[in-house]
Amino acid sequence: MSLFDWFADRRKGQFVGKVSQETDESDGLWCKCPECTQVVYRKDLIANSSVCSNCGHHNRINSEERIKLIADKNTFEKLDQQLSPTDPLGFKDRRSYSDRLRESQAKTGLKDGVVTGICTVEGFPLALAAMDFGFMGGSMGSVVGEKITRLVERATSKRLPLLIVCASGGARMQEGMLSLMQMAKISGALERHREAQLLYMPLLTHPTTGGVTASFAMLGDLILAEPKALIGFAGRRVIEQTLREKLPENFQTAEYLQEHGFVDTIVPRTQLRPTLASLMRLHGSKKIELKKK
Amino acid sequence: MARKYLLDFEKPLVELEKQIEQIRELARDSEVDVSQQLLQLETLAARRREEIFQALTPAQKIQVARHPHRPSTLDFIQMFCEEWIELHGDRNGNDDQALIGGIGLIGERSVMLIGQQKGRDTKENVARNFGMATPGGYRKALRLMNHADRFNLPILTFIDTPGAYAGLLAEEQGQGEAIAVNLREMFRLRVPVIATVIGEGGSGGALGIGVADRLLMFEHSVYTVASPEACASILWRDAGKAPEAAAALKITGPDLLSLGVVDEVLPEPAGGNNWAPLKAGEVLREALERHLGQLLRLSEDQLREARYKKFRSMGRVLDSNSSEIGIGS
Ligand SMILES: [Zn+2]
Repeated sequence: MSLFDWFADRRKGQFVGKVSQETDESDGLWCKCPECTQVVYRKDLIANSSVCSNCGHHNRINSEERIKLIADKNTFEKLDQQLSPTDPLGFKDRRSYSDRLRESQAKTGLKDGVVTGICTVEGFPLALAAMDFGFMGGSMGSVVGEKITRLVERATSKRLPLLIVCASGGARMQEGMLSLMQMAKISGALERHREAQLLYMPLLTHPTTGGVTASFAMLGDLILAEPKALIGFAGRRVIEQTLREKLPENFQTAEYLQEHGFVDTIVPRTQLRPTLASLMRLHGSKKIELKKK
Repeated sequence: MARKYLLDFEKPLVELEKQIEQIRELARDSEVDVSQQLLQLETLAARRREEIFQALTPAQKIQVARHPHRPSTLDFIQMFCEEWIELHGDRNGNDDQALIGGIGLIGERSVMLIGQQKGRDTKENVARNFGMATPGGYRKALRLMNHADRFNLPILTFIDTPGAYAGLLAEEQGQGEAIAVNLREMFRLRVPVIATVIGEGGSGGALGIGVADRLLMFEHSVYTVASPEACASILWRDAGKAPEAAAALKITGPDLLSLGVVDEVLPEPAGGNNWAPLKAGEVLREALERHLGQLLRLSEDQLREARYKKFRSMGRVLDSNSSEIGIGS
């Protein structure tokens, strides 16, 4: 349902997460904040975790940038890179699923929509997954489900805390019911991680909706979110249609979810590393020296 | 028999049924022996019905799955249970009417029965919210499942929903969280869980009571990751392409059997379960008792391990290390 909104709104050029636009006259050296229209030096924007220093707008970042932001330098060891998607249903709408996959792979340089691995954060070891919204809207198919499940299982057996950075429109329709079942599969792995009394924290980023919200995004021991991230189960337009009443201004934002008890803490991106380190320390994590690559 | 709800592809049957009805009336009012003629026509009608229902497209199956007279959760419970007590409430301020549950006796065995409940008519459907449960419904279901776990009652769930309710209050109360917690907690249950898609299984709202040791499905039931209407609007950018989407999404029992999602497809009488509800009840009861018999032979640990493995193996990925398409790992 929410994926529906995402696509619908994408056509109108909204929702997807406003991203700073390069200004024409400066060959990408400068860009303009979509929120406050302030023009900033691109390098400065990146140095500030892609957060506008003027208004605090969090620009969308990809999985690589996300991992760079979280992991200690050169400590992130990727896992299960050998897994790639298939087309189990032979799905074709206006275009074939295989074509869409190839296009997304070429665009992102990824095989599918999540990167998983082990790293340290300020010396604390962490199992980390980062979803990539740029890959078919971060949708969850078999590869995303399998990679996250393997990471959770590894975290359980290595006794590691776990962070999953969510950015997803939900299940990937092109893999039909196999996508839906990834929700159950990951939840089952998380049950074992929890049973082993290990810490799991999802970080909900813009947007986290649909099947991801109805599974691992909401199963954290602690649930973290980025400021103003859109988080919800059903799409806003679907709700408006059934309701025919106005929705609150901040409906389905991180702040709205916190107000209603579903988010523990909203963490500005610039504070993410120290906050994660602090939370791990407070839960008894011990620093280790990871072999530098 | 006058038909109140006629599906478009059933129209060829109407003329025959009308003729049969007319001849019956004639026979009632006169002494003419029409039994031979009746038998012929009835045989013909039965054969036609069978032909039509054997050739249903996925989109037509959705119509059968949503038929207002298709036996519902409460219908099946009434057919199965000599004793039945409905239990209410999530102990958190809500008692959802779209997702019901209670304890019943099937044969000699006490079981927990939980399922989405649609209405037969508009008025009842409004009360039942068209079978679309709120977070309170999923939390009630979990409470009842935990109760069953404590008292060692096998759990039977009945899936029949267009999806979880999409509404302001549902979001406010954490629809995503409620479903998510069910998915996780159902892996902990130490009692057998059998889920059956009796009508339509709509996405996460269906899965919220669907993490089971066995997943059964009726022949004309459907289970979808997203409604074909929504899928068509998104991917085809044309809601009118819903029939194409229904076919592409692989939502029928046989499709899901071959994808390893479903364990067994239960046959329906020609005309669908709404045509012969009692027969549907017999078929489902036999299957449930058979699977339950198998599951009850497993220890708690075996049961949980098998449930984990079942879902663990779902999905298709290409692993270039083993260079073959694996199901799961
Ligand atoms: Zn700004």
